[in-house]
Parts: sequence; C-alpha cells; structure tokens
Amino acid sequence: MSLTPDDVSRIAHLARLELQPAESEALLGNLNDFFKIVDQMSAVDTAGIEPLYTPLSAIQQVQLRLRDDVVTESNQREANQRSAPAVEDGLFLVPKVIE
Amino acid sequence: MTSKLIRGYEVVIGLENHVQLSTQSKIFSGSSTAFGAAPNTQASPVDLALPGTLPVLNRAAVERAIRFGLAVGAKVAPLSIFARKNYFYPDLPKGYQISQFEIPVVQGGAVEFFVGDVRHKVNLTRAHLEEDAGKSLHEDYHGQSGIDLNRAGTPLLEIVSEPDMRSGAEAAEYAKTLHALVMWLGICDGNMQEGSFRCDVNVSVRKPGEPFGTRREIKNLNSFRYLVDAVNYEVNWQIDEIEDGRKIQQATVLYNPDTGETRAMRSKEDSADYRYFPDPDLPPLVIAPEWVERVKGEMPELPAVMAARFESADGLPAYDATMMTQSLATARYYEAAKAAGATPKLVANWVMGEISKRLNASGGEIDAAPVGPELLARLIARIADGTISNNAAKQVFEALWSGEAGDVDAVIEAKGLKQVSDTGAIEAILDEVLAANPKSVDEYRAGKDKAFNALVGQAMKATKGKANPALVNELLKKKLG
Amino acid sequence: MKPVHDMGVAELAAALKTRALSSREAVQALLDRIATHDRALGAFLHVDAEGALVRAAAADAALAAGNGGALTGVPLAHKDIYVTADMPTTAGSKMLDGYRSPFDATVVARLNTAGTVSLGKLNCDEFAMGSANENSAWFPAHNPWDVGRVPGGSSGGSAVAVAARLVPGVTGTDTGGSIRQPASFTGITGIKPTYGVCSRYGMIAFASSLDQAGPMARSAEDCALLLSAMSGFDERDATSVQQPPQDFHAQMLAAREGASAGRPLAGLRIGLPREFFPAGLSADVNAAVRAGLAELEKLGATLVDVSLPRTELAIPVYYIIAPAEASSNLSRFDGVKFGHRAAQYDDLLDMYKKTRAEGFGTEVKRRIMIGTYVLSHGYYDAYYLQAQKLRRMIADDFQQCFTQCDLIAGPVAPTVAWKQGEGKDDPTQAYLADIFTLPGSLAGLPGMSVPVGAGEGGMPVGLQLIANYFKEGQLLHAAHALQQATDWHQRAPAGI
Repeated sequence: MSLTPDDVSRIAHLARLELQPAESEALLGNLNDFFKIVDQMSAVDTAGIEPLYTPLSAIQQVQLRLRDDVVTESNQREANQRSAPAVEDGLFLVPKVIE
Repeated sequence: MTSKLIRGYEVVIGLENHVQLSTQSKIFSGSSTAFGAAPNTQASPVDLALPGTLPVLNRAAVERAIRFGLAVGAKVAPLSIFARKNYFYPDLPKGYQISQFEIPVVQGGAVEFFVGDVRHKVNLTRAHLEEDAGKSLHEDYHGQSGIDLNRAGTPLLEIVSEPDMRSGAEAAEYAKTLHALVMWLGICDGNMQEGSFRCDVNVSVRKPGEPFGTRREIKNLNSFRYLVDAVNYEVNWQIDEIEDGRKIQQATVLYNPDTGETRAMRSKEDSADYRYFPDPDLPPLVIAPEWVERVKGEMPELPAVMAARFESADGLPAYDATMMTQSLATARYYEAAKAAGATPKLVANWVMGEISKRLNASGGEIDAAPVGPELLARLIARIADGTISNNAAKQVFEALWSGEAGDVDAVIEAKGLKQVSDTGAIEAILDEVLAANPKSVDEYRAGKDKAFNALVGQAMKATKGKANPALVNELLKKKLG
Repeated sequence: MKPVHDMGVAELAAALKTRALSSREAVQALLDRIATHDRALGAFLHVDAEGALVRAAAADAALAAGNGGALTGVPLAHKDIYVTADMPTTAGSKMLDGYRSPFDATVVARLNTAGTVSLGKLNCDEFAMGSANENSAWFPAHNPWDVGRVPGGSSGGSAVAVAARLVPGVTGTDTGGSIRQPASFTGITGIKPTYGVCSRYGMIAFASSLDQAGPMARSAEDCALLLSAMSGFDERDATSVQQPPQDFHAQMLAAREGASAGRPLAGLRIGLPREFFPAGLSADVNAAVRAGLAELEKLGATLVDVSLPRTELAIPVYYIIAPAEASSNLSRFDGVKFGHRAAQYDDLLDMYKKTRAEGFGTEVKRRIMIGTYVLSHGYYDAYYLQAQKLRRMIADDFQQCFTQCDLIAGPVAPTVAWKQGEGKDDPTQAYLADIFTLPGSLAGLPGMSVPVGAGEGGMPVGLQLIANYFKEGQLLHAAHALQQATDWHQRAPAGI
C-alpha cells in the first residue's frame, strides 16, 4: 500500500490543509513509513468480529443515554462569541459563501 | 401501471424530505428550537462546536421518529447508530454533521395517495435522525456572508423514498401527503415558509426498458407548486441534453422560481467523500419493544385507517375518504358535521367543493372556517328535506361564509330561496311549457335528448329557478311518456 | 514544618485543615518556586498569580469557618487541554492562541467545587498528540531529572510540575499513554481510570473513544484523593458512566481478604504478559521493573505468566483509530467561530486551508492526514473497520488474562526518557515506543504508573499496573501498599 503525491493532495484538500511542497514531500514519506506498520494489521482474520466503537461494549451492552426535551440553555451570545475572529450584528462573518 | 412519457422518455423521481421535528429543544443540546430569534441567541457552546463540547440525544426526537415509523408501516430499528458525515461548510460548526448512515432508526415503510382518482403507493427506503445546519445570510457584510447558527442542531428526520415516482404531479402529491401526515402525527408543524418541511427531488430520465439514467438532485424546494415546475423544467433540460448527445452529470441543482430554471450549484464537497464513521461520542441507540408499544398506544388514529373506516362505515368512495383525511382538522370537521346529522357523502361533497375552493383562495385553515360543521349540517338538512335546491344552497352558503348572516333558515327566507316542490304546481307549469314549446317536444320524441334539457330549462325559468329540479325531471319524463 | 513544596496533596490538605498554614501561604510559596524554576522547565503555559491568591483567600475563609472539604485550599494546575473560563486555553496549539472558553471543563469545575486552587495551565503536546511534549506550539517542557531530556507526553507539563514540586498534584489526560508515560519518565504517580469514569465534557477532544481524564501526583494516595473529586457521572457526556463520584481513597485503604499487616497483597495475582518483556526492552528498565515486582511479591502478591498475544498489533490499531477520530474532531478548527483565522486569503476555501495550515503543527497535520486517509472512500473497511475489530480482539485478550490474574503489570515504556530532539526525525519510530500503554487504552481499562527506581543516567522508571474495568480501587491499593514499603516515589530531582 503505497501512497502517491496525488493521494497527498487529495487528502490535504479533503482535510482543508494547505501544504507547502516540502511539507507534502515529507508527509508522503511519513505516511508511507506509517502504512508499512499498518500492513501487518491487514493480514489478521477478523471474520465474525464486531467492531469495538466504544470500549465498555467489550463487557456489556452500552446503550445511548437520552435526555429530556427541556430547554436548558439561555442566550449567552456575548460570552460564546468572545473568541470569534469576525462578528457583526451577532453573525459570524466569513468570506462570501457562493452556492 | 404505465407511466406517462415525456417526449418519449420515462421520468424517474425519488424524494428526500427533511422534516424538522417539533421538539422544544435541539436534538443534541438544550437550546430552544423556536423560530425567528435574533442571530446566534439560540446557539449554545454545543451548537457552536466550542472546544470540549459533546452531544447528548433528545428523547423526544427519537419518539417522533418512532411515531413516523409506525405510521408508515416501517420497521423501527431496535438498534441504530449515529454517524459523522464529514465536510467543511461555514453553517456546519463541527465540520461534520451528526446523522445516521448504515443503520437508520426507521427502515422501509410506504405512503399511499391519489393523483386525480388513481391510487399510488410509494415505498420508503428509510428515515433517519440528524441535526440541521445553520444558515448563511448573503446580505453583504463588506463582501462577506453572515452565519447564524440558531438553526444548527434542530432535529431533523430525513425521509428517503424509493425512486418510485414517474411524474412531477405524482411527486407533488407524495410530498403533500407526507406533509399532511407529519402534521397529523404532531411531529412537525409543517411550516414550509419557515423551513420546517423541505423537499429535495432526485430526477432522472430514461427510455422505457433501459436502466436508470444519471440523476440530478433539485435541492430545498419549499413549495409544492415550485416542485412541479422545477421537475418539469429539469426533465425537459435533461432530455434536451441527451438529445444533443451529452451525458447527464450527477449534480445538485437549485430551482429559481423567478426564472423557472434549475441551475447546478457549486459543489459543497468535491466528489462527496463524507468519510462516514460511527460517532464515538454517541453509543448505539437502543429502542426496546416496550417503547415502541407505548408510542403505538398513544398514536392518533392514522389517516389511512380513518379513511378505511369512512369507506366501510359511512359508505364514502375511496377518493372522498382520502380527501376527508388529508388533515386531522378536516377529519374532525367531517366527523362533527356527520355527528350533527348530515349525510356523510354530502358533507364530503361540500368539503371537497365549496369549502375547499374558498380555503384555497383565502389560504385559511378548515378549523377556522366561517361555516362550522354544525352550520353546514343544518344547510345539508335543508337540501335533504327538499326545502332548497343545490344551487340555492350555494347561495345560502355564500351568505353564511361571508358573514352576511348566521342562520340557514333566515337566509332562505330573506332571499326567498324555498324551492317549489308542490307536484300540482309543477305539473301546471310543465303543461304550459309543453304547450309553448312544441318544437322541443317533437325533437325529443325524435330522439334528441338535448330537447329534454331545454324543456327542463324552460320550466326552471318559468319558476325563476325555484322548482325542485329532481321533481321537474321526474314529472316531465312522465308527461312525455 | 517541612517546606510546602515537599508536601503532597494529602499532607497539605491536612496542614491546611489544622490551619498549620494557610492556603494563601501555600499558594504564594509555590508561585515563588514557579517564578524561580519554571523558565528552565517549561511546565506552565499560563500562571494566574492574582486569581490563585483570590481563590486561596476564599479557601482560607471556608477553612476558618470549618466548612473545608478533603481538598480545600490545595494548590494544583490543569493540563491546557481542559477548557477554563477564567484562564486562556490553547491545547498547546497556535490554533487556540488567545482562546477564552465561556465554560469550565467538568473535571475542572469539580476540583474547583472541592476547594482546590488552580495556579495555571500546563504545557502539553499540541492537542494531546505526542510523547515528549516537543509538539507544543509554544515551547518544549524539560525533564527536571535532566533538563536535556524530554519529560514524556502528552501531559509533559503536568508531569514536570509535579516532579519539580511546583504543585503537589495536577490533572492530565491519557489517550494512548499520556498520563502513564510522562509519570514514568519523571518518577511520579499517575492513573488513567476506566473509560467513562471521568467526564470528557470540556476536555478538548483528540480521540473520543480513548481520551480519559486522570490525576498525577507524587503518591497513589494523592491520586486517589484527586480522582475522587474528578470522577462521577456527567449528564453532558453521553459516554459518561452512570455512577456517582467514588471514594477512591477508601477503596485504596480497604484491606484485602486474607491480608495481614506484613502481607497486605496476599492473594493478589499479578500477571506478567510475556509480550511486555520483549528482547527489545532496555535492560535498565527491565531491572527496575523487576525490582518493583519483587517488592510486590514481598508484600504477598503472586506473579503469574500470562499472554497478550496482540500487543504489537495495538500500535497500528491505535494509530489508525486515534488519528481517524482526531481528524474529525479537529475539523471544527476552521477559523469561523473561534480560534485562529489566517490574515490573508482569497476566498472561503483559501481561508480554511491557510487557517488550518497556520494553526496546526506538523504532528497534528500528520495525524489529520492519516485519519482522513483511513476514513476515505475505499479505505474505510481495510483500515478503520479492521482496526476496530482488532480492538475488540485486544479487549477480549485482556478479559482472558483477567481470568488468570487480578492485575497485569509490566513496563510503561521500553526505555527511560530520551534526549530532547532525538525523536523528531522519525515519527513512526516514536509511535512504536507506545507499545505497552496502547493495549490498555484501546480496551478502556484503568492503568497506573508508579515509580520503581532509576535506569540509565539516573532517569526514573515506572511500573505499569493495569486492572479490569472499574477496579481502580485494586490498582490504588496495590500501588499504595508498594509506596508504604518503598521510597522510590519520594525521590526528587536534585537542584530544584
């Protein structure tokens, strides 16, 4: 399983990361080294095994706890927006979204 | 059933509806879902995806999903999984939407409805729970867009149909039926202006017998009329493309009601690689049979069941029964009028006719109709007992609806609408009419049925429309032999 | 009275309760020490001297009124991965430069309610990703035993603060070993409880199905006191176990059935997985670990041979799952609602790409790339799904072991702390060093590191103890017994 520079650009785009050429090259090397370790994992037969998405389900059925339908939050806009990069009229400003 | 072809092509349509569930608080946070608040005043740290925040699922959203599943005869999954749908967009604070992917809460089901007088059934693939995104406001903020996350986290039920529909009209009727159903069930307020009920329509065309064509998705239609118009435009656009030798590319399109055209959007996420995986913050949702049973017990009688009851117990035709169960309010009106003694079929006729016409024009709701069920029942009683003709009744109805008067008999009296049902009096008039119209008599005897109607018309004219038409018909037939 | 900085949490709490000294005095003494020593050590990212003294005064008032609890007035500090409303939170990243959370992490709030006095926020690897605290965007942390060496990570600053006696106790987080490994490298005690025992609300997420909060201090007793205050059900975390806060101190002290004064661990079976003692384990670590085990035997424990056959597989399994979850968790850092936003960009897409390129460091980008790749179309089944299945097999292996023993023991890391700058060139090699802590993390089991002496260069070595789910009491009991009989945990680095 060997990655190509195209893979690196595709993944970087999906992850919204701008990479400099030197970075991309280094990452390509890192990723390929990494996937060498991963190969041993692919060889193991896991037929019939359920994935362990949440650890305690190894020993018990873990089920999602639900909350009651009650409004518990009040308007805390100022506090919630205090670290916002750009706000006007209570709206978060971003470069124009074109549809 | 054969589909109507357009320019030789079969139209294939599937719908995805996003239904905002009518809970008090959001699906994963305790923020209010009330519409119309000032920007970001109903956006808590969880809704804003502030670092360290986590989702907790609202029980009432699940309950509404169960109710829907039961109503459409679907399977309510005993175990379903929430998954993250990863993509970047300013109205999506976490950079992923919590949705359901491989194992949704509702599986299968079907919806039945009429197009004209033809019954249709559309199968559902699934319905799943997910969170709504925020809103982008494109008014210029120095060339920027403004993001309001009040809506982010509102619970949605996404209802996906199989591609069973074959025309825009069918798609619109399906959507209307679904719309009425979710309101009937009390799971959605159905307010399309506020975005409570949204339609995405997948459209493709093919020559009959060929495999499915590539579909394009028309997003965010919030009016049934636009739905039909958009589908019609899109179908013709796709056919034009194919006829010009071009292949249809999968795309998401928006309908512009001003131009009447559909246009492909800039894609939100190239090649849509959403990298779905089960959300590690939310263990599996387990719905025990006891919960489903309890919801079943608390459900209102379903429209289909009620319609069947109207058919069998009241003798209504299937179409009428379906119309009477278009909404809970309509059904209540019908039952109240019936309880006040009116003949069921006549109630149905008036509701589907005069009442429906006026409500469509005014945009009003039946439970606020100026003529209530008891009043209608009294009017119908006067038709049934021969006091007034159907035509006269329409005049009475108009007076009652416009508020001119509130009492049936008073209006009949005031407008002198009592019809003449005296056999003797009618016979006398008929004798005069026959004498005055020998040509019509001869034509009728010669086999021209139209002449009969002409004679009836003369008799009605002579009585200034007050003669009981049924009686006139009966007696005239007797006289002519 | 001994110097404040030589007192542990329990000792200090007791002294404060008897009013032998005031919280303000204790806090001031530690603030002075921080001012003197921390520049060279890099433990703190933020010190709130003024706020700490105000909180200390409030604690003193409560103590004077006789309203003090077990931890009232005790100074501590929090790993900068926990959001705090009254201090900035950066998670060791430029992405959160200047970020002020409107709320406190649950674990922080509970420790505040318990009366502790926070002195500030502690250095860590960026977004908890790293094993040496060299991935902090701000500056590295240094091992007080040898400032030319790493303290471990990602809770490096936390470990340094305790080892250098700048505070008696701290909070850390552990995803793949980030409490246990720095504890081992700096000669202190740390515990990662069972997944779900502490709330994750307010802990900036790295890998959601692995992250856990835990205390670090200079003894098991101190850890027990802190963990008691931190633990317990939180309705804001859907993975929080529905158990009330526990008294881990009482559990730690509860005598075993059949135990005697000289043999407090009689009947305790300690399993030694052969895979935890591979050929590649450095001799000095092996020797120290064996010494620790010998002490446990003297105290009555029995050592048994066991096997965790998929130990090596834990590395690819963890390094598939954790980056996958992280890649998604870090998508919220997009320059829209909070945090860094690039100064120059052409359009929305450019804004996202530059913001994230500027805000994230190299290791974080690396893991986002791995995570995005393994979740992407066509690779999900082979990588992510396969890893989660192997994860269950690893968890099942532990259950198998626990039919033969009560605790599992072994080294925390294959070597002592390495020299600063050594790990940088080959990140994949660094991942391999996590081999002993990853399996327990994947299974969600509770684990501890307790100091058991020194290795090469006089650097500390920790013994790892792993218990079955919800058996933190057993861990703390064994660790406490060891620490009653030995003094490795009391050793301090010279010159500080």
